[in-house]
Amino acid sequence: MRTDTGFLRNLGKRRGSQEDWRRERLDRGLKVRTEGLYAVSSWREILYLVGPRALLVLGLLLLPVLAPNLYWQRVLCVAGAYALLAITFDFLANYVGLVCVGGAFMTGVGGYVSGIFTYYLGFPWPVSILLGTVLGAVIVTLLWLPSLPLRGIYFAILTFMFPFLARGIILALDAFGGTLGLGPVYGADNIWVENYLVIAVMLVAVFALRRLVGEDVGILFLGVKDNDLAVLASGISITRVKAKGLFIGALGGCFAGAYIVHLYNFMGTSLFATDFSILPIAATVMGGSGTLVGPMLGALILTPLSELLRGFGQLRVVLYALVLIGFIMFKPEGIVNWLTRKYHQFEQWKKV
Amino acid sequence: MTDERILEVTDLAKSFGGVRAVDDVSFNLNRGEIMGVIGPNGSGKTSLVNLITGFVKPSSGKVLFKGQDITGKAPNKIADYGIARTFQVMRPYGSLAAYKNLIVPLTSPRVKRATGGKLGDRDAVAIDILEEVGFERDAYVPYKVASSLPLGYLKRLELARCLALRPELIICDEVFSGLSMAEIATMVPVVERLRINGITLIMIEHRLRELFSLANRVIVLNFGSKLADGPPDEVMARDEVKAAYMGTEVAATC
Amino acid sequence: MDVLIYGLVNSVVYMLMAAGFTLVYGVSRLPNFAHGALYVLTGFLTWTFVNSLNLNYFLSIVITLVIVSALGAGLYAFVLKRVRGMPVSEIIVSFAIALIILEGLRLQDIGGFKGFIGSSYSLPAFLQGTFSIAGVTLDYQRLLIIVVGVVVVVGMWVFTRHQKVGLAFRGMAQDERAAMMLGIDSDRMAVVALAVGSALAGVAAVTIYPLGQITAESGYHVLNAALAVCIVGGLGSWMGAILASFIFGFATTAAAFFGAPRYQDVILFALIILVLIVRPSGLFGRQKELEERV
Repeated sequence: MRTDTGFLRNLGKRRGSQEDWRRERLDRGLKVRTEGLYAVSSWREILYLVGPRALLVLGLLLLPVLAPNLYWQRVLCVAGAYALLAITFDFLANYVGLVCVGGAFMTGVGGYVSGIFTYYLGFPWPVSILLGTVLGAVIVTLLWLPSLPLRGIYFAILTFMFPFLARGIILALDAFGGTLGLGPVYGADNIWVENYLVIAVMLVAVFALRRLVGEDVGILFLGVKDNDLAVLASGISITRVKAKGLFIGALGGCFAGAYIVHLYNFMGTSLFATDFSILPIAATVMGGSGTLVGPMLGALILTPLSELLRGFGQLRVVLYALVLIGFIMFKPEGIVNWLTRKYHQFEQWKKV
Repeated sequence: MTDERILEVTDLAKSFGGVRAVDDVSFNLNRGEIMGVIGPNGSGKTSLVNLITGFVKPSSGKVLFKGQDITGKAPNKIADYGIARTFQVMRPYGSLAAYKNLIVPLTSPRVKRATGGKLGDRDAVAIDILEEVGFERDAYVPYKVASSLPLGYLKRLELARCLALRPELIICDEVFSGLSMAEIATMVPVVERLRINGITLIMIEHRLRELFSLANRVIVLNFGSKLADGPPDEVMARDEVKAAYMGTEVAATC
Repeated sequence: MDVLIYGLVNSVVYMLMAAGFTLVYGVSRLPNFAHGALYVLTGFLTWTFVNSLNLNYFLSIVITLVIVSALGAGLYAFVLKRVRGMPVSEIIVSFAIALIILEGLRLQDIGGFKGFIGSSYSLPAFLQGTFSIAGVTLDYQRLLIIVVGVVVVVGMWVFTRHQKVGLAFRGMAQDERAAMMLGIDSDRMAVVALAVGSALAGVAAVTIYPLGQITAESGYHVLNAALAVCIVGGLGSWMGAILASFIFGFATTAAAFFGAPRYQDVILFALIILVLIVRPSGLFGRQKELEERV
C-alpha cells in the first residue's frame, strides 16, 4: 500500500542567492508502513524495513570481536552497562513519564543486593545477578512509590536525592564494607562471557521494550504519560500503572548495577556515583529520546570517549554535562531521530 | 425511566479560596432519565461534574450512587463504580489510532469484572463500540490517528471511551458544543441510543434546543447554586432563569 | 539547653540553604538544580578575591554576590528560558550546569588557576570569639547565622508584601496565568527571581562557610538539603520550608548530642520517607494538582 502523507515545506532563503528557495521534504518512494499497518510487497521493501535493525544486531554482536584488545573489551562491558541505564532512562522518561535523575540509586541497590548474595552467601554469580536485578527492582519501586501519585517533579527530586542518601547511610552505618567496599565478588572472569552477556541483555531490552510499548500495557503507559485524567476517568489507577512501569525500568537499572559489581569483582559506594545518573541522560538526549536504540548508541559512544579522557579526572562529568546541554539546546531530536527522518524522507531545495 | 434512585446529590459545595464555585446543590436522579444541566458560563456546571466524579474534592455535601457513598473518592474508583464522564477539553490519546484509544477503558478492572476476564479480541470490540457511536465501520476512519480526526469524530470518540467502560451513568460535558448543525443532527440519535440501552445520562449543554429534545428534565445553575429543577418548558418560563440568561441564549433558542 | 541553641542554629542553616531554591521555585516553578553550585561558587570566588587578589573581605563578598546574581540571571536568560515548561529538561539542564561548575572547580591547575585540592580552603569568620548564653557557649559566627536567617525571612516577607516586584512575585506564585494577564512579564520575573535566589544562595554560603571548609562536595550537600526541606515542607511553601528546616535542624542536632552523630543521614532519610507516606505533598504542600488541571 503506497500512501502519500504529504510533504513538509520549509521556507528559507538559500544563502548568497537572490531568489527564494524553498526546502522541501519528500517521503522516499518506498512507503510500506502507515499508521502501524505493514504491507510488504517486495524484497526491496523488506530490506528497507529490516535493514537498519539487522545492521544494528549484527554490529553489536561483532563489537567484541572487533575490539582491538582486552582493555577495550572491558570498556565495551562498561559501555553496555551504561547503555542499559540509558535505555532504562529513556523508557521511564518517554514511555511512562517518569524522569529518573538518580539512576545511580538503581545501580547501587542492584549492585549491593547481588553482591551480598555472592559475597556473603556464596551464590553463583548468574543467580546473584538475577536476584540482584529482581529484588533490587522491588526495593527501588517500593522506595520510590510514595512519589508516584504526585506531580512528576516530586519523582525527579526524590530520585535525585536517593543515591546521595543511600551512600550517606552506608557510610554512616559502616555497612557492607563502608568506605572501603567489599571484595572480591567473583564474577564470570571470562571477558567473552561478560561481553556477550551485556550485549544480549541490551538487545533483549531494546526489542522487548519496543514490543511492550506496542502492546496494551504500553498503551496504558503512554496514556498515563500524556493524558492521565482520561485514564483515571476510565477507571484505572494511575499509581498502579506507573508502579508497573517503574518496576520494569528498575529491572534494567538494577541489572546494570549487579553486572558491574561482578565485572569489577568489587562492590562499594562508587556504585552511587553521579556518573551513573548523568551519563545515561546525556546518552539519551544525544542519541534520541524515545527511540530506545538512540540512548543505547549514545552510551556506546560516550563511554569510550570518556575512557579516552580518563587522564583528565572529573572532566569526564563536565563532558557529559556539556554534551547534554548542547544537544538539548541545539539538536533536541537526537541522532537516531535525525537519522530516521533522513532515512524516510529526503530534502531538496526547490526554486520558488 | 424507572423509579430507582441512581444518584443522590445533597448540598454539594466547593469553595476555591473565596469563590464559591458550587453552592449547596442538591438533586436526585432516577435510572433511565436524561437530565440536562444548563446555566450561563461560569455557573459551576463543570465544577459540579468534577465534584461528582471525584476529580475535585468537595468542601461539603454528599453524593450517593446507587445508595453507596462516593463523596470525595478517587476518580478512578468512581469510574469503577460505573460513572463515566466526557471532558469539555478534548483529551484523546493523540498519537494512537482512534480504536486504540478505547483499549485503555477496555483494560480497566470494571470491564474485566463484567466480562469475567474473557473479552476476546479487544480490537474487534473497540471497532464495535466505535460503530455504536457512529463511526462508519468500513471506512478508514477508526484507524486514523486520533489527533487527525475532526471535532465531530472526537466528540464521538469521547462518548465511545465512556461506553467502553460499560457505565450505568454517563455525564456528558458539552458534547454538542463546537459542532455544525449537520454533525449535531447525527449526534442526537447516538445519545438517544445510549438511553435506549439503559444508560442514565446527565448532559451539560449550551445548545438548548437539542438538549430539550432529549432531556425530560433540566436543572439550571447560576453562580454555583441551583435555580430551578423540572421539565424544560416549565423551567425556562421561570423569571429567575430568564434573568440569569438575560436574553442571550434563551431568546435565540426558544 | 545545648540542644536548643545549636538546634536553632542548625535549623537556620537549613533554612538559609533552602531559601534561594524555594524562592525560585515558588515564583517561577523552576527547579534550579544549580543552586548548590552557586553556593559553592560564592565561597570559591570570595576566597579567591580575598586570598589571591588580596581584596578587602567585605568588598569581596559584595562583588561575589553581584557576580553570582548576574550568573543566576544569565542562567535563566540564556539557558533555562529555552527549556522552560518542560520540567524534565529544566532539572536536567540546571543539574548539568551545576555539574560543570562543581566538577570544574575540582580541577587542578588549569593555567595556573588552582582548583580544590586538599581541604585548606576556608573563609574566616566575621566576628571572632565566643560568648555565653544560658550556660551554653556560642561563637559569634553562629549568632550571626541566626541574625542573617531572621533578616532573610523577615526581609522576604516584607519584600513580597510591600515592594512592587515582591508583590509581582506573590502574584506569579499564586497564579501565573492570571499574573500574566495583569501585565506581569513572566520572563522578566523569572530573571529577577533567579538573581535574587542566587544572591540568597550566596548569602547562605558566605554566612555558613566560615563554620567549615569550602569543598565541591558541599555543593551536592546544599542542594540535597534544599530539596529535602522543600519536599518535607511542601514545594513552593515558605511556611513549610521554615517548619521543615526546624524539624531537620533539631532532629540532626538531637542525634548529634545524644550519641549518634553519624546517623544524621539515616534520620534525614527516615524523615523524608515518613513525610512522603503520610503527607505526600509535604507538610504545607498545596497539592491540588488534579483540581488545577481539570
